[in-house]
Amino acid sequence: MTMTIDRLTEIKKKNEELVMVRRLVASKAEEMAKHTAYRKQILVCGGTGCTSSGSHKVVDALESEIKEKGLKDVLIVKTGCFGLCALGPVVIVYPEGCFYSQTTPEGAKRIIDEHIVGGQICKDLLYPETVHADGEILPLSKTNFYAKQMRIALKNCGVIDPENIEEYIALDGYKALYKVLTEMTQDQVIDVMLASGLRGRGGAGFPTGRKWAFCKSTPGEIKYVCCNADEGDPGAFMDRSILEGDPHAVIEAMAIAGYTIGASQGYVYVRAEYPIAVDRLKIAINQAREYGFLGKNIFGTGFDFDLEIRLGAGAFVCGEETALMTSIEGKRGEPRPRPPFPAVKGLFGKPTVLNNVETYANVAQIILKGADWYSSIGTETSKGTKVFALGGKITNVGLVEVPMGTTLREIIEEIGGGIPNGKKFKAAQTGGPSGGCIPSVHIDTPIDYESLAQIGSMMGSGGLIIMDEDTCMVDIAKFYLEFTCEESCGKCSPCRIGTKRLLHLLDDITKGNSTMEDLDKIEELSAHMRVSCLCALGQTASNPVVSTLRYFHEEYVDHIQNKRCAAKKCKDLLHYVIDPEKCKGCTLCSRNCPVGAISGKVKQPHYIDKSVCIKCGLCKQNCKFDAVYLD
Amino acid sequence: MANIAFRGTPKQERELRRFIRKHKDQPGALMPVLQEAQGIYGYLPRQVQQIIADEMGIPLAQVFGVATFYSQFTLTPKGEHTISVCLGTACYVKGADKILAAIEKRLGIKAGECTPDGLFSIDSCRCLGACGLAPVMTVDGEVYGKCTPESAVEIIESYYEEV
Repeated sequence: MTMTIDRLTEIKKKNEELVMVRRLVASKAEEMAKHTAYRKQILVCGGTGCTSSGSHKVVDALESEIKEKGLKDVLIVKTGCFGLCALGPVVIVYPEGCFYSQTTPEGAKRIIDEHIVGGQICKDLLYPETVHADGEILPLSKTNFYAKQMRIALKNCGVIDPENIEEYIALDGYKALYKVLTEMTQDQVIDVMLASGLRGRGGAGFPTGRKWAFCKSTPGEIKYVCCNADEGDPGAFMDRSILEGDPHAVIEAMAIAGYTIGASQGYVYVRAEYPIAVDRLKIAINQAREYGFLGKNIFGTGFDFDLEIRLGAGAFVCGEETALMTSIEGKRGEPRPRPPFPAVKGLFGKPTVLNNVETYANVAQIILKGADWYSSIGTETSKGTKVFALGGKITNVGLVEVPMGTTLREIIEEIGGGIPNGKKFKAAQTGGPSGGCIPSVHIDTPIDYESLAQIGSMMGSGGLIIMDEDTCMVDIAKFYLEFTCEESCGKCSPCRIGTKRLLHLLDDITKGNSTMEDLDKIEELSAHMRVSCLCALGQTASNPVVSTLRYFHEEYVDHIQNKRCAAKKCKDLLHYVIDPEKCKGCTLCSRNCPVGAISGKVKQPHYIDKSVCIKCGLCKQNCKFDAVYLD
Repeated sequence: MANIAFRGTPKQERELRRFIRKHKDQPGALMPVLQEAQGIYGYLPRQVQQIIADEMGIPLAQVFGVATFYSQFTLTPKGEHTISVCLGTACYVKGADKILAAIEKRLGIKAGECTPDGLFSIDSCRCLGACGLAPVMTVDGEVYGKCTPESAVEIIESYYEEV
């Protein structure tokens, strides 16, 4: 059935009030709720983080309670990610906007009994930050985690039911597609995208409007639109959350891109490791077809567009655009030289536009609200917002979206709630295996594409890993090199051999087998790889090493010259030592030592001979007085 | 591993051939076909690759080339229970390496291997995106978050009790 603007408006009207209850302040939401069929709405996060914490059990408990009590005016909605993954499973009750964290099935029963039926909010189950000292309950937007955030790409995540297209339509969904198809020429769309300043959120930051313009101007009957959802950076889950929470935003944007460049077929290349995201995307595509937003003659304008999902199969290099396309073609996912760029010769040899999930998530709103609105957010060169997956040694692990130009300090200390266990901030890693580590001296750097590049890191796709003083920077550099070494596709030798050699050099440092000259070798090899590798994987593989070497040089020197790892992470540089104060001389350790490295008389402190010790750790495991430690 | 006899059934073969016939004309069909085949058989032994090559009319070498390129595809069978330890950055800085070591020690095998009784196999994987729960492991797709070396071993034990 062809979708018309009247039908679209009708669906929006029908669902608008229901969804708006979740977006208004409590007093207005309560008023709004009276116009809907539901007195209460219970939103449960169904993202990967909360599902892993057991949110499906919470949903089951809520549903069975509601059924048992025959509550017909209570609605349960499974949404995408709210962002605060560390506190999952997360449950929000509207119209009050009560934010329950770390909810258990037992807690869910209490929420129904006491809150929904009894009208008494279970204050002890709420996220503590939302309960003011005087007992007043604060809206989520007033908590530190949310106060500085600005949600554009994540606008609908945690608000709508991603498996219900009508809730997406209720918040102006598919209106941008209608506007583009009926009111704008292809060039006008490109002008808006250019003026908005939107740049690729996959890492490199190429202006989206320019990419589309290139592809549009390339002659060709058949063109393709692709979406890169092969989010391979370890520690990054922005794209997954968008697909899980708001899949229609991506579908709508791809259709808009299709119209703009003149394509009628699109592909979403998504990691097979993201089963929830794949399921929701499948459901969303089917619904979009059913409602006439995909398929033939969309909005009766004669524009045809359809989408297909292709699953990745666990190859990091497929996040590189040419490798991704080769993989969709059913081949080994190896990159190829550019030029020709995909906009000229891409998927199946045809002109292709490839954007990342988060980039697409911005498109419809730019069309609706205008380029001026979007370009008013952010910094001179980087417009809009950026989503970060905040992880590692940070209190509020989760998904955050901030305007470009927000400083690292604001993200770590205010939104992230600081470093847990009273530890000190040491470095932040952005850009994954292609990025670098930012030390504490640069914590006030405003985050945008240029300033991150200037300090030796990169925006990357948005993984932001916080490290504290217990992290060894040499070990981290080695960790990333192990990753790129394993993921190097092997097509070009600078990457295949370079990553391996670089890893060997680092490995030697962590084992105490290197000299200061090796640092020069690392620098030289890195410089070669940067210019001679075929694709970004190899060109940037040395970034984690180069940036840690730049900011934590003394740590490398400490490993090499003093054979010492201050963070106590590099096992080969550590020695087991017995604390003479704590040792009671029970002889248990010396009797258990497989190599006889421990000597000492009964009831006198024992001693470990480092030259004999094989570091099996049996002495530490066996000691009843906690006298054995690593130094 | 390699000498484990192939125990494919005619029913599995029919299912695979049916899928291939339906999809082989769509562009880039080999990946979805391999994914389906692994879903049916659990792994991609030579016999299965041969069926795919014959049915799609492409050389066996091409099938092998793609199957060995992607880490999702495996040419050897997995254990009855597959354990996967996330070694993504967020998990790594929170001690995922120690969890993997504890599991390897408990089962007496290394990552990528299968126990001799065929009950367990261990894999390391790259970021499941459940970084909020780091460090994370999965057993048969069930996610266990905020693991410690001790709790990880306990989880394995609980599967032994089930057997």
